[in-house]
Amino acid sequence: MNPDHHVILRVTAKFLIPVITLYAFYVQFHGEYSPGGGFQAGVIFAVGIILYALIFGVVDTLKLVPPIFARYLALFGFLLYGGVGVWAMMNGGNFLDYDFVADGGPGSNLGQLVGIIIIELGVLFGVAGSMLTIFYAFAGRAPEIDDEDW
Amino acid sequence: MTDPAAVETLSTTPELPILLIDVALLSMMGMVAVAIARLRSLFAIVMLSGIYSLFSATWFVVVDAVDVAFTEAAVGAGISTAVLLGAMLLTARTAKADKPLKRLAPLLVCVTTGALLLYATIDLPGFGDPNSPANAYLAQEYLTRNYPDIGIPNVVTSILASYRGFDTYGEVGVVFIAGVAVALLLGFGERSLAASLEKKNRGGR
Repeated sequence: MNPDHHVILRVTAKFLIPVITLYAFYVQFHGEYSPGGGFQAGVIFAVGIILYALIFGVVDTLKLVPPIFARYLALFGFLLYGGVGVWAMMNGGNFLDYDFVADGGPGSNLGQLVGIIIIELGVLFGVAGSMLTIFYAFAGRAPEIDDEDW
Repeated sequence: MTDPAAVETLSTTPELPILLIDVALLSMMGMVAVAIARLRSLFAIVMLSGIYSLFSATWFVVVDAVDVAFTEAAVGAGISTAVLLGAMLLTARTAKADKPLKRLAPLLVCVTTGALLLYATIDLPGFGDPNSPANAYLAQEYLTRNYPDIGIPNVVTSILASYRGFDTYGEVGVVFIAGVAVALLLGFGERSLAASLEKKNRGGR
């Protein structure tokens, strides 16, 4: 790609990508009060990295987020979610019964709060990793967008 | 929800400005859909489908389904547009024009399905009707039980994460399996990238 060719695009994207990533984390951790949660946050986070790949090329993105990291991130998220369920079982409850995740005494919602935060993190990792894996599978085959394709 | 007067005002038709927004949004969605059906350039189709998703997200906001709107904007307008662009790069840039006669059968299917769906809306309860089956029993139960049970204010989050935790786990599993399936079909990133770079160095495309 001609280095001077998409200078406006690159400057704008450089400004936008941190904002998009920050917004993903806002959506993740504010999901208790506002619309959103792990799924949307994971997708938005992946979109930030995909935007980077579209503007700066896939080769640089592969150094930033290696595909093996994306794959294991997805697996880790899925297992983290399941792990919360197993942890609840080990504490004497049913699978994914968050009341048994942490004991805050009678009448406390601590287990629910801790459980929901951890499973939402699992959803974030699982979705972001899977989306990046899907994108790499497509984009890895055509590393740069030719100028006539814009 | 027990006051009959309040129930009466909720179930009436929307006010004029909202009605105008509804009509404008839905007609723009219809125009975009027609444009997508008529276009042959894949790039334009991908962009228009992103715009269609954005319109439908706006439409979901108008009908007070902010969570669905948010997901539609993030997934439909964001990631699926990006993935479709990536898929488009692997294939030709324009779709082949098909014969006019061949379009007849899909048109017939669409018109029939649309007519059936319109017929089905006659039986639906009014928009936002608090006495409709969906709003009267289970939704009320969740709204009253949520805060003492879970302790977080957003009912949607607590239903998705806690009451329906199994469903959400299954959804994460589906997304994970989709990622694995695409990676297995198209090849993992580094390997396929190395192959295409090698091809490029040899001068081919």
